[in-house]
Amino acid sequence: MLKRTHYLVLIGVGTLTLVLLNLPEPLQARVKSVIGASFLPLFGIRAATDSLLDRATYQALPRSTLIDNLLRLERENAELRVSILRANDALAENQRLRAAIGAPPRGPWRPRLARVVGREPTTWWRTLQINLGSRDDLKPDQVVVNGDGLVGRVSQPGLTHSRVALVGDAECGVAVVVRETRDLGIIKPGQTLSGDGGLVEMTLMQNCPGIMAGQTVTTSGLGGVFPAGLPVGTIVDTRNEDGNVFTTARVRLSANLNRLEEVWVLQP
Amino acid sequence: MGAPAMNRFTAGFLVLAIWLSAFAQTQFSTLRDLLSVPLALGPALVCCVALGQGLGATVTVAVLSGLLSDSLSASPLGAAVPALFLLGFTLHLQRHLILRDQRFAQFWIGLGAGVAVPLLTLATLGLTRSQPAAGAFTPVQLLTLGLLNGIACPALFRVLDLLHRTFDYRPLTSSSFRPDRETVRGRQFRPR
Repeated sequence: MLKRTHYLVLIGVGTLTLVLLNLPEPLQARVKSVIGASFLPLFGIRAATDSLLDRATYQALPRSTLIDNLLRLERENAELRVSILRANDALAENQRLRAAIGAPPRGPWRPRLARVVGREPTTWWRTLQINLGSRDDLKPDQVVVNGDGLVGRVSQPGLTHSRVALVGDAECGVAVVVRETRDLGIIKPGQTLSGDGGLVEMTLMQNCPGIMAGQTVTTSGLGGVFPAGLPVGTIVDTRNEDGNVFTTARVRLSANLNRLEEVWVLQP
Repeated sequence: MGAPAMNRFTAGFLVLAIWLSAFAQTQFSTLRDLLSVPLALGPALVCCVALGQGLGATVTVAVLSGLLSDSLSASPLGAAVPALFLLGFTLHLQRHLILRDQRFAQFWIGLGAGVAVPLLTLATLGLTRSQPAAGAFTPVQLLTLGLLNGIACPALFRVLDLLHRTFDYRPLTSSSFRPDRETVRGRQFRPR
């Protein structure tokens, strides 16, 4: 038998929940950032601990390993310089061709390094938090990548930290193209296909008999959020749906979204 | 059956535990690498408080835990509150029927809570405009969360008991002897 206090508690918590869930989105984001600010000391402690550990690791590494790493990086740097020379040449050619057909020129990206400071506390969203915010000029929809490929987009920038919606999250649908066949598709948001979160589902615009496992998927540039040509992943398998009208493919993402420590935010 | 009054140390510990457990959900990548499951111990904490403390503490822990977790998540603010609150409220009302001192009961309650809270939260999200990612792998994730909470629940009970024993006042032990009711034996009485 419920007492009067129990009814009061039920009504109180029910009302609070209804009010919170029906708050307008900007106000809700503001309230969230105010509550989330209570974790800033913990984020600070974590950053300090990471930095201390990094320093301790460098101190503990033998000199020979450091020299090996230095030589490897110098070699890699030289290779990348040659690649950049070739890329600059291709870029100039691309800009000339775009000008010739009257397409607007593509602006260069300014990549900004961000550290991953937190992951999504639930299993049904695919987001993470980075240590850059609106004070670092981060804006919604800025593209986030790492060395392997596309990671996601900035979904909610706070003052000091921002939330990034990862590829496959409900807030991060990606227009893609199969590099080999030029078939267009969409990375379907809101699917959990594997434990490690590395598999997503791609729906192609039509029945595409030419696509097969092992082909590369990149961003198509359609939709206006993600620039064209960013590697997204590799096709694992395909199947036809709705009486062979659409082709669906499972794609293994290039970037391991569970092991991200540092990412690049592409700022225009 | 009244719940024991909570002192400042226990209240402080609970607030600290809620805060740290909400933060811990966003850290520790080992479990996440294997099963995409966060270290979410909020349900176990609510179980312990609901079975060991008063209604006020239960509601505070459930609401605070839900709000802190939502503030770090992409979920709308308040989405995790109803599930944690219903769990705490129900357990608190039925606590006289639960063998809360038994380890196996604590494990099963934690396991049930670890599965039920995410399911209820998903149901709450289903009522909003959100589209949470749930698929064929979700049952495995829910079961892992249940096991995590099942293991954590007895440990949290022990910690709360320890705090209770260490910081709470001991109950005053009074004997049933009353001098005004003492039987005074006469001179004729001779013990055998």
